[in-house]
Amino acid sequence: MISTTTILFVLLLLSGAAYYLGLRRSVAVAGGQEHVRKLHSRPPYYGAMTALWCGIPALVIFFFWQAFEANIITNLVLVGLPDNIRNLPADQINLIVNDIRNLAAGNIVSSQAGQVIQSAASHYTRLQMTSHSALAVVVVCVCILGLVIVRHKISKTTRARNQVEKIILWLLIACSTIAIFTTIGIVLSVLFEAIRFFKAVSVTEFLFGLKWSPQIAIRSDQVGSSGAFGAVPVFTGTLLISAVAMAVAVPIGLMSAIYMSEYANKTFRAAAKPLMEILAGIPTVVYGFFAALVVAPVIRDIGKWIGLDVSSESALAAGLVMGIMIIPFVSSLSDDMINAVPQALRDGAYALGATKSETIKQVVLPAALPGIVGSVLLAVSRAIGETMIVVMAAGLAANLTLNPLKTVTTVTVQIVTLLVGDQEFDSPKTLAAFALGLLLFLITLCLNIIALVVVRKYREQYE
Amino acid sequence: MSSQLSNMHDNGIKPIDIVKKNLAGRRRAEQRFRRMGFAAILASLFFLALLFFSIIGNGYSALFQTYIKVDVFIDPGKIAKNDPSNGDYQGIIKESLRKMFPDAKGRSDKRRLYQLVSSGAAFQIRQMVLTDAGLIGQQRSIWVPADDDVDMLMKGHLSRQDDTQSGRFNRQQLRWLDRLETEKRIKKKFNTIFFTSGDSREPELAGVWGAVAGSFFTLLVTLMLSFPIGVACAVYLEEFAPKNRWTDLIEVNINNLAAVPSIVFGLLGLAVFLNFFGLPRSAPLVGGLVLSLMTLPTIIIAGRAAVQAVPPSIRDAALGVGASKMQTIMHHVLPLAMPGMLTGAIIGMARALGETAPLLMIGMVAFIVDIPGGFTDPATVLPVQVYLWADSPERAFLERTSAATLVLLVFLFAMNGLAVYLRKRFERRW
Repeated sequence: MISTTTILFVLLLLSGAAYYLGLRRSVAVAGGQEHVRKLHSRPPYYGAMTALWCGIPALVIFFFWQAFEANIITNLVLVGLPDNIRNLPADQINLIVNDIRNLAAGNIVSSQAGQVIQSAASHYTRLQMTSHSALAVVVVCVCILGLVIVRHKISKTTRARNQVEKIILWLLIACSTIAIFTTIGIVLSVLFEAIRFFKAVSVTEFLFGLKWSPQIAIRSDQVGSSGAFGAVPVFTGTLLISAVAMAVAVPIGLMSAIYMSEYANKTFRAAAKPLMEILAGIPTVVYGFFAALVVAPVIRDIGKWIGLDVSSESALAAGLVMGIMIIPFVSSLSDDMINAVPQALRDGAYALGATKSETIKQVVLPAALPGIVGSVLLAVSRAIGETMIVVMAAGLAANLTLNPLKTVTTVTVQIVTLLVGDQEFDSPKTLAAFALGLLLFLITLCLNIIALVVVRKYREQYE
Repeated sequence: MSSQLSNMHDNGIKPIDIVKKNLAGRRRAEQRFRRMGFAAILASLFFLALLFFSIIGNGYSALFQTYIKVDVFIDPGKIAKNDPSNGDYQGIIKESLRKMFPDAKGRSDKRRLYQLVSSGAAFQIRQMVLTDAGLIGQQRSIWVPADDDVDMLMKGHLSRQDDTQSGRFNRQQLRWLDRLETEKRIKKKFNTIFFTSGDSREPELAGVWGAVAGSFFTLLVTLMLSFPIGVACAVYLEEFAPKNRWTDLIEVNINNLAAVPSIVFGLLGLAVFLNFFGLPRSAPLVGGLVLSLMTLPTIIIAGRAAVQAVPPSIRDAALGVGASKMQTIMHHVLPLAMPGMLTGAIIGMARALGETAPLLMIGMVAFIVDIPGGFTDPATVLPVQVYLWADSPERAFLERTSAATLVLLVFLFAMNGLAVYLRKRFERRW
């Protein structure tokens, strides 16, 4: 079978050849190396033009083919299956398709593969081979066609530079729209699955229900299989842990920002600032491990010592470590905001006889307040969306409580537990993760937009 | 105010006296405030130190692994004649252990004896025989990895007294171990297994190399996608984009994407790349795609700053001698902005290296023993390996989790150090 890397490699090779041929052709058209002045553009541009026209259309075809190949082949294979299999419910067909794909890829399959599946798999492999060969032929043909046509068209007056620059400009524009497509992709992917979820569970039950236990029966006689999708406990847990995190991060972050920008001398700042930034660069999974390994046992032991019953997966431990993670975030943003306050305001306060701390508390902080609020909002949004710390240090039980010593669960923990492992895409259990994701996205989006607007307004105030 | 002042004058108290009276208190408040700020910084540095000490303290011992020297007779009767890959190597190990400790009699005694040595020992002998068939029928004494519990005991993480009660080791096993020690048949050696092999259910055989390779392939995809696209986007927005609604929309999107929770990108990857396009699960290709969408905003923002930092005089000079706008940018602006862009890209890559949550969504949490060799092989990455091991109950995995964390942190420091170096080396004040 022709591998996709080989095709890409051949494509690259052909484009290189096209560059060389285009360049040669342009020199020949001009009538030799000493006459290249007569050309509209310098010869490398003719080479580049040929190479681009040779490579880009083929590349576009290649990627579209790759994107839709698997789906089309699967459908073709499905059509070829006997009627009794095709009439099965959608989830079982999904399983069969998985088996076929695994067999075709040479992996071990979950169940004993029957005769039908075996033949379907070989059908799949055959189709895949045909498709790959066809792709190779089409791509190479398009390449050569582009090469021949463009090379033929090269004349002294061909505006090669303008063409190349235009193509590059379009490429740049295409690249810059990716941000928009990503946002659209996020919205659509969570929205579609969430809508399917809301067909099974009503929106009001999801938003206002007080019980969260996303177990849906696989068999009807299973115990505890009712399944409840009230998101209130999940969001309370998220807010509780975020609140603990903020209670740690805001005072420490703000005070260290004040000390850094108003009190610290240059050497201290040069030493302490990079160290604080290390705190920001540590991966969240390391914080999660730290929380589970060190912080949670310590908090439990302290609780035992003073006679409190602390859960080993308490919201306090997760929130505390999350707060530590957010400290540098709050402090660097607040640092910017404090530095943006004009020196004239401070000088005015000093002239009135205020001490440094009075100036900070009564002049600088009120002036910087909108900016600080903005950065705190950004920090809240980050705390709500943080995943690994809570996955490793917070629990799974959806308790509706505001006691930070108890176990609570969060939106991100639920998304991870619902989606990690084997999934079928029809049960509300899996789809609930997307509904939670949609809500998470909307909440953080609102927080971010408010924060960005506040910060921008604040910056403009002093510019 | 004025009435107060006149009052004061009436009483013969001057304002300066009030100021002086409060001065000591105000100075104390000043000191207090200052100390609070200092304490806040100390607190965060304390957390940093605590984090590093706990991880290094737990992880450094994983650099060494306990090995046991076993006299092995490679019995030709236990190996298929014409196919040495097929043989009862487990039996060979058991046989030699029984020979070394003839006092193990009953079934349970023997079982306890076999427990001392890792199940990887059989594979080790098999590997030796496969590379040199001449070994068959010979007597060799080789160092084989000890079981993880023995390893923990030797490192002092399990204490002898407690564990005769909890049943991890019985007295006889401890006696055997003592004998091995007096015969100098047990020692700690540098743990090459940890740095060269993939994941395993047995802690003494588990290594990070598979995860490192997976991280490498994932980051390669991320870099190859997000760097060119990020640079192109930064150049377009800074140099070409007209000021209109469309570019405003792009900017708002970029700023917002930079703050979207990473797990949402995982949902995107699951719904679009896996379910819609049918790309393989657990593959570095998909991981790289998701992470490149996630790091793009970072790279774009850094890239724009770098392009902005190039002074307009450079552009004017190039345009002045007749270069086209595209030539100006490609030949002058971009090379000058490149160090800044590279710095941004490295920082983005470092963040991508530490990212876990979105990769959980696209199935990179599978238990994978093989070391991935390509972009579509099932793989896991370093932070996910840390997450997986952190969940394992064995005491030996705690040590290995910390060690894997250290490996991750070493890579991160190296990348950030490179970024700082680049910034220092190529930073130019115009």
